[in-house]
Amino acid sequence: MSAFKDARHLFRFAGLFVLAFLVFLVVRHYYVPKSFGQYGHYRGAAVGEIANLPVKFAGHQACEDCHTDVVAKKNTGKHAHVNCEACHGALASHADDPSTVKPVLPDTAVLCARCHTASAAKPKGFPQVEPAEHSQGLPCETCHNPHSPGMDAPATAAGGAK
Amino acid sequence: MSGVEGYMYPNEITLYWSVLIVLYPYITGLVAGAFILASLERVFRVEAVKPTYRLALLTALAFLLVAPLPLVLHLGHPFRSPEMYFTPHDTSAMAMFGYVYMWYLMAVLVFEIWLDYRREIVLLSQSSKGLLRLVYKVMTLGSSNISERSLAIDERVGWIVTLVGIPSAFLLHGYVGFIFGSLKANPWWSSPLMPVVFIFSAMVSGIAAVMLLYMALTRLRKQKIDMHCVDTIAMYMFYIFIIDFSLEMLDLIHRIYEADESFRSLNFMAHTKLFFSQIVLQICLGTIVPLILLFLTQVVKLPEIARKYMYVLSGSLALIGVLAMRWNVVIGGQLFSKSFLGYTTYKMALVTREGLLMAIGLTLLPLLFLWVLVKLLPPWPEKNASVAAD
Amino acid sequence: MNISRRKMLILLPAAAVAWESVLAGTPEASPNYKMSDHWWGMLIDISKCIGCGNCVRACQTENDVPEGYFRTWVERYHVDDYHLENPVVISPDGGKEGFPVVKEDAGKYFFVPKMCNHCADSPCTQVCPVGATFISPDGVVLIDQKYCLGCAYCVQACPYGCRYVHPTKEVADKCTLCYHRITKGLTTACCEACPTGARQLADLKNPNDPIHEFLKTHNVQVLKPQMATGAKAFYNDLDGSVR
Repeated sequence: MSAFKDARHLFRFAGLFVLAFLVFLVVRHYYVPKSFGQYGHYRGAAVGEIANLPVKFAGHQACEDCHTDVVAKKNTGKHAHVNCEACHGALASHADDPSTVKPVLPDTAVLCARCHTASAAKPKGFPQVEPAEHSQGLPCETCHNPHSPGMDAPATAAGGAK
Repeated sequence: MSGVEGYMYPNEITLYWSVLIVLYPYITGLVAGAFILASLERVFRVEAVKPTYRLALLTALAFLLVAPLPLVLHLGHPFRSPEMYFTPHDTSAMAMFGYVYMWYLMAVLVFEIWLDYRREIVLLSQSSKGLLRLVYKVMTLGSSNISERSLAIDERVGWIVTLVGIPSAFLLHGYVGFIFGSLKANPWWSSPLMPVVFIFSAMVSGIAAVMLLYMALTRLRKQKIDMHCVDTIAMYMFYIFIIDFSLEMLDLIHRIYEADESFRSLNFMAHTKLFFSQIVLQICLGTIVPLILLFLTQVVKLPEIARKYMYVLSGSLALIGVLAMRWNVVIGGQLFSKSFLGYTTYKMALVTREGLLMAIGLTLLPLLFLWVLVKLLPPWPEKNASVAAD
Repeated sequence: MNISRRKMLILLPAAAVAWESVLAGTPEASPNYKMSDHWWGMLIDISKCIGCGNCVRACQTENDVPEGYFRTWVERYHVDDYHLENPVVISPDGGKEGFPVVKEDAGKYFFVPKMCNHCADSPCTQVCPVGATFISPDGVVLIDQKYCLGCAYCVQACPYGCRYVHPTKEVADKCTLCYHRITKGLTTACCEACPTGARQLADLKNPNDPIHEFLKTHNVQVLKPQMATGAKAFYNDLDGSVR
């Protein structure tokens, strides 16, 4: 029995370990978020939190619900598949509250040039021009309707919330 | 953006791991190395290094206490670090850190030191006064049993702890290497040799550090340096250094010969941005020069004073070389683009949380801890204990 | 707690319903969305990209991406003759404001939009020490920014350079595949803003998604296939020089 007595200090040291482990378990119980492990090794609630973030681009569906005239116009030309907010920018705020939030009309000189300025780097089939040469300083919308830019469609700035 | 040559992915221009992450493997390496030196005496019965046994243990403890600091300080949210313990991710090498660290700190180092010093602690708790007495009392854990039997048990258990401690020290540092070596995204890091190279360079740096500390502290105490002890340490350092150097060269030659898709980019980096820290500091000054010096001390019969200087010089150079190696791994691994088309620059800040001053502070902090530990638990033979206290 | 057998019988179906919603995975924010019905990816058609930078700007607006960091960016490659291993790549400000005009026509040029590949075997989620980044049940690699330590290990682990540490939030950040949009039935901001349809959100679990037909009829590749990450950003017409 004296061997045990002479090893007693070791048990005290071991006791410290057990105590620390118990404290660890208690703290862990309160520390780990409740939804941790719901779907996997992460906080399940985080998925909902990310899904809940506000949207800034309304999506073309939202635009098309009201601006049916522009949709009709757009569908006649080459920009049929260009979404509204590709040119007009993020407008969820307008879609949420159309009466107070009025979008600013984009400047065609910048807008059109961004895609259609000629560059050898662009895909060959994509319509591109030297803006200065092509328009001789005239604004693009003099000849082209941005919603349906083909020349056969006369440029009478149709539709759009003015 | 300045400092960029060629093409970097835009998110790669900033370095996300700073000089603090250089320190972290360096400090843990010193811990592992110092412990291995201590185990030489305890497990492998190399009696010659006995004078450094306790000092090595205390050095390991002092550095281990600081080891997690650079990691925690580099975190964006240091107060979230308990998550590592509470929800460790089983596929993450880094998640292991918390547990390996705790195991190594409490079950190996603190336990072994406690067992080894228990007799002194009990005696000091009876002889010292005031606050110090209380500290020693707490350290006895309320047991003042220092009968011959109990000390014999301590000796036996301590031996087992050291035996367990060797693989633990390897694990502690090997896994640090694994953190880098296991990332397939980064060809500079991704190598199965990485953990092994880390362990051997850690042993070199730890042994060098304890040797230098022993020489410096003995001198400070105006005692005679045990040359037989230092010669033996230097011999072991030399052998381990050769293994370390061979492994590093194997890694290098393998890379050069294989010359995979990343080679051109990495080769260019090693010859430009890393030329000084890799070729000059790590390989030439930090490895080849100390190896030659140590080699000379092994084959030529040199007078004591010459050996001393050569040991100090090679030990210091080895420490610098290993630090440079950590730098080249951590910083070098972030200087090139994963597109292999460009390079960025690391701009070390001075006084920020991850700046140079902080790094210097964290390097010196273990020495402060060691000073306190040496005062509290003198590692010298008892007859000198009173001299040391003066 | 003492529950009688009778009460147990009443409680069980309720528990079963609750458990079912857990299994189906319905994020509270989108009641009609079932995570188990989707497996998201992206189709990127190099031959359609004109390098206008709309996607980059849209992403920055939609997701408040900090200046100088990118959840998506566009690269312009220039490959001269057979020098596939030495492409000249640029991405000024992530291609946000487009690219300088190219006059001469030596070699070939093309644009490569980059973004998180939402890998099925993602190396970034593998290394996260605490479970702060994960693959959602619908296949999107997300970050729990309330749980992230900011250790940046995931940033190092991404072979594509898609992650960064947010300079003010000090947590890892990256493309969420506009998770807040796709769970509401919308497409991503980059797809919404792309004028040429070079980017298409793809639901691989939806049998009616055009992606299936596209994959059947085109030569599609993922970035760095040697990384074996199970990348779900599929590139059409990807040149061998792209890395």
